[in-house]
Amino acid sequence: MVLIGVGLIVIGFALRFNPLVVVTLSALITGLIGGMPLVKLITQFGEAFTMNRYMSILIITLPVIGLLERNGLQKQSAILVSKFKKATVGRIIIFYLAIRELAAALGLNSIGGHPQTVRPLIAPMAEGAAKAKYGDVPEEEKENIRAHAAAADNIGLFFGEDIFVAVGGILLMKGFFDQNGIHTDPILMALWGIPTALFVFFVHSIRLILLDRRLDKKYGSPVKKGEDAQ
Amino acid sequence: MIFSVEWFYVVMGVIGLCCSLYTFIDKTNSRRLTSGLFYFIYALTLLFGKVIPPFYIGLMVIAMVFIVACGGLKKGRDDVPSEKTIEKSRSRLGNWLFFPAVLIPILTVIVAKLLVNVKLGGKALLDPSNPTLVALGLACVIAIIAAMCLTRSTPKTAVRESRRLIETIGWAIVLPQLLATLGVIFTQAGVGTVITQVINHIIPAHSLFAVVFVFCIGMALFTMIMGNAFAAFPIMAAGIAIPLLIRQFDANPNQIAAISMFAGYCGTLMTPMAANFNIVPTALLNLKDPNHVIRVQIPTALLTLAFNICLMYFLA
Repeated sequence: MVLIGVGLIVIGFALRFNPLVVVTLSALITGLIGGMPLVKLITQFGEAFTMNRYMSILIITLPVIGLLERNGLQKQSAILVSKFKKATVGRIIIFYLAIRELAAALGLNSIGGHPQTVRPLIAPMAEGAAKAKYGDVPEEEKENIRAHAAAADNIGLFFGEDIFVAVGGILLMKGFFDQNGIHTDPILMALWGIPTALFVFFVHSIRLILLDRRLDKKYGSPVKKGEDAQ
Repeated sequence: MIFSVEWFYVVMGVIGLCCSLYTFIDKTNSRRLTSGLFYFIYALTLLFGKVIPPFYIGLMVIAMVFIVACGGLKKGRDDVPSEKTIEKSRSRLGNWLFFPAVLIPILTVIVAKLLVNVKLGGKALLDPSNPTLVALGLACVIAIIAAMCLTRSTPKTAVRESRRLIETIGWAIVLPQLLATLGVIFTQAGVGTVITQVINHIIPAHSLFAVVFVFCIGMALFTMIMGNAFAAFPIMAAGIAIPLLIRQFDANPNQIAAISMFAGYCGTLMTPMAANFNIVPTALLNLKDPNHVIRVQIPTALLTLAFNICLMYFLA
């Protein structure tokens, strides 16, 4: 019966209803089906909402990013990149993926992030590289480039962080196995994460190189442009 | 402690409160009153989360969601200065513009790593419950001041810019927090136990490959439902990993742990429930399709999931 809430989420997201509404309804309905009285349910709902305020920490970065954007940060990112002749969309994002994954593996999770790094720096840099190489590209293509910048941030973070011993995920698993009387070693757990971490970097980099190839084909490589001019 | 997490919730609340005032008076917004009210209520829940009884916080959140459900949340004016003004300050500041932005990660790392155990007068300097968050908060406050000095802006401009960004993100700004709330309710209602029962019912326990396959796919799927691999792990591990993989097939728990968490992360890459990673960025980057980041991630996630299944099978 409590799976109705899960079903609501899946259907709600699939039909593209507003997620806030879907999530709230699912929480309330699941709670009621699970036998919680309404007042207690709303109390728990409010309590959990307050407990998870840290999820919204991005608000505190907004004044910085807003002020810098108002003074031309995104344009400056694009200009900085256009100075590197070898920069391409794929290479910039691969470079960021590598930094993000390595930093996370060293426990430096706070290097990077969507509001403070991707929006003001990486996305404009990748778009700037596309502009320097191909001239103006259509809006859908720009959106796709920005989405790739955001994806690299996620992939780098997820598959880097579990290689660091003192990260929440590793400690959670260690605690869980301890409770069940199974001996584990955080260092070995972190080490066994390395094959997957390398694999994901490899695969995603190939996809980014393919993205570069596709862009070259579609919008013409600089060499071709020169020939056209002649 | 000297710097507590609560402080930064207050800073966030004050930023939100000021932003909501600008939304209230934004005549270009056809729903300025309800939109303003949405941000106003949200700011109050951040600011006074510790003071207001949870029951009323719950009602406030439901009121916010009601505003959204009735279409009362609209984006107002995008008051960026003219191209010329931006260009003027950009050419004046040049690469200095990166300074406050780079300050955030660098200061966060320095504060979180170096000051984590520092005590002043017997009190911990950073909130021990979440030193990284406090470090990030401190770094941002310093970066805000640096950005204001550098660009010679007033706090008023800083607030107006925050309002522009908050309205760009819109309802998605509350989604991560609300999903975490849903996770708590799910757990209390026993959703996890029910799912484990279903899985245990269908799993062919004699075949190692089948067990590994169901376990990894289950981690990914369950993470997609909960939006969080941490929520999926205890349930899937208690249901499958410990009784079958570790006890019956004698697999190495260190390997199982590492690979299963990554299988979960493959799920995180594919679900709108992980809003902080997948939905908020689409709003931040002005992407038309809210699932665009997910679409980009799916091929990598599926390939990596397949790799994890093979790796776990060959190691076990």
